[in-house]
Amino acid sequence: MKAQRDVWGQTLVDLARSDNRVVLVDGDLATSTKADLFADAFPDRFFEIGIAEQNMVGVAFGLSTLGYRPWLSTFGVFLTHRALDPIRMLVSQTGAPVKIAASYAGLLNGSSGKTHQDIEDLAIMRAMPGMTVIAPADAAEAEAAIRWAAGYDGPVYLRLARDAVADVFDPGHAFNPGAVHVLREGSDAILVSTGVQTSRVMDAAELLTEQGLEVRVLHVPCLKPVDEAALLSALSGSAPIFTIEEHSIIGGLGGLVSELVTSTTLGKTVTRLGLADSWSESAPNAYLLDKYGLSAQRVAEQVRHALADD
Amino acid sequence: MSNTNATRTSTAELQQLAAAGRWHVVETVAKSKAGHIGGPLSAMDLLVSLYFNELAIDPQQPQDPARDRFILSKGHCAIGLYAVLALRGYFPLEELATFDQGGSRLQGHPDMKLTPGVDSSSGSLGQGLSAGAGIAMAAKQLGAGFHTWVMLGDGELEEGMVWEAVHTARRFKLDNLTAIIDLNGLQQYGWPVTEDGDRFDRSNPWAGVDLEGVFDGFGWNVVSINGHEFNEIQAAFDQVRAARCSGKPTVILAKTTKGKGISFAEGTYKWHNGVATPEQLAIAAAELGQAFEGEAK
Repeated sequence: MKAQRDVWGQTLVDLARSDNRVVLVDGDLATSTKADLFADAFPDRFFEIGIAEQNMVGVAFGLSTLGYRPWLSTFGVFLTHRALDPIRMLVSQTGAPVKIAASYAGLLNGSSGKTHQDIEDLAIMRAMPGMTVIAPADAAEAEAAIRWAAGYDGPVYLRLARDAVADVFDPGHAFNPGAVHVLREGSDAILVSTGVQTSRVMDAAELLTEQGLEVRVLHVPCLKPVDEAALLSALSGSAPIFTIEEHSIIGGLGGLVSELVTSTTLGKTVTRLGLADSWSESAPNAYLLDKYGLSAQRVAEQVRHALADD
Repeated sequence: MSNTNATRTSTAELQQLAAAGRWHVVETVAKSKAGHIGGPLSAMDLLVSLYFNELAIDPQQPQDPARDRFILSKGHCAIGLYAVLALRGYFPLEELATFDQGGSRLQGHPDMKLTPGVDSSSGSLGQGLSAGAGIAMAAKQLGAGFHTWVMLGDGELEEGMVWEAVHTARRFKLDNLTAIIDLNGLQQYGWPVTEDGDRFDRSNPWAGVDLEGVFDGFGWNVVSINGHEFNEIQAAFDQVRAARCSGKPTVILAKTTKGKGISFAEGTYKWHNGVATPEQLAIAAAELGQAFEGEAK
């Protein structure tokens, strides 16, 4: 059980040893994002731009035009919001191989509150043509996704959590863009999750089992591209669908699944769990997960109640 | 691949090229029924000086890794750049007629994936200097000797991201990076010079600001010129080359006239963009010394 940010810093150091294209562009948050590990190991390939996120994206784009594959280091919220325009024009529209490592993504970012909680990033980045959007479940998947992204000649958005979660995958887990993982089988409901929320959904499934309900758990690590046939197949059957994400219920995983289901004759309803079009607040992780319905207990409770209502 | 002073284009030739470039701008925009006029015309003398006398480039090898880079950060002036790229031989002059049309390599704003000779996409203002800084940083990292040029508008300097890049360029000692500011004093609408004066006199968004002092304060080399005097432009380029080991980026503050070269478009924000009538095209052709058959080709 390791934090994704630690995995990120360490994996980039490892990658940089054999790949001269790996450089890091930081926005004065290296000690938080763990880019400082890279700065210590490769000071000549570490560019500290300072608190200037738009400029940081422009510089990374410029570096990429000479063959580098720059990784951006700052809180995700400053990339997907403040620096969105340079990401759009210089990175997405040009297909530049800039790797957008969105650290401290989602709700749980060390009690920083709504200014720093990025609960819209998946919706924003999903909407951007040509962008690969990845939300890994745990340390093993984060490492695999980082290694895959480093080898990919195009822009990648990588959602990374600040704090460690229980492992979902074994070390050495392979990352295939678009893959849909069936982590658990059950016929009472289908729980679809992404990012580190999947770890909590697995715990919720365990709680539901104790209460006599067996649920299928799907993990969708790559919101774009996604293997739609595989996802649809996993969503089929009579069990109701729930999407659960540490994100707004608008436009992220819930949006993806809803769009897919309504474009077919599956004819099922999708219940979207997440931030219900509201801002959050500063609070300890446990408080936030409980209040916004994302803890294992609260997920289990919401699913159980929904099934009981049917 | 390097530019040699021995093959410098003469001032008379540059004047002819600039007149042709201006004509292609106004004619092409008239044909496509939409586009920018004032900015491309104010920048034209600077652009032809760069492309015909300064940049180490080879139109036959637009992706040569050793080439000098040029970014038109004021991307809405794309037609000005396209006219010069065509004159320089990157693509046929006839292709200008496809500007803004479906399926064209010549988009309304520069697209590096489509147009030979375009080193960075642009259009959303304020981003080119950051891109240029990144290119210049990569060049230093790789030991590449080429130079990176970025042209910005004075209205564009209102974008905050520009100043982030101004800070970064000095911090990283990017003496292989030059910003040219096309100080034509007008933007799309702007604001009146004085509260009680002529509301249509909207010149100089930087009135009351010492731009030379600002760039100097950021640690840049500052060169101020008349952006329509070819000898001054060339002298500025010579100063840039002389400052290549100074550890400082250079800014060329080029005072220009919006709409330069066409009497009805000069000095007014109203020709920021616009479509010339056949009568106006005839005037433009006469003033620019170009042949005009009576309708846009």
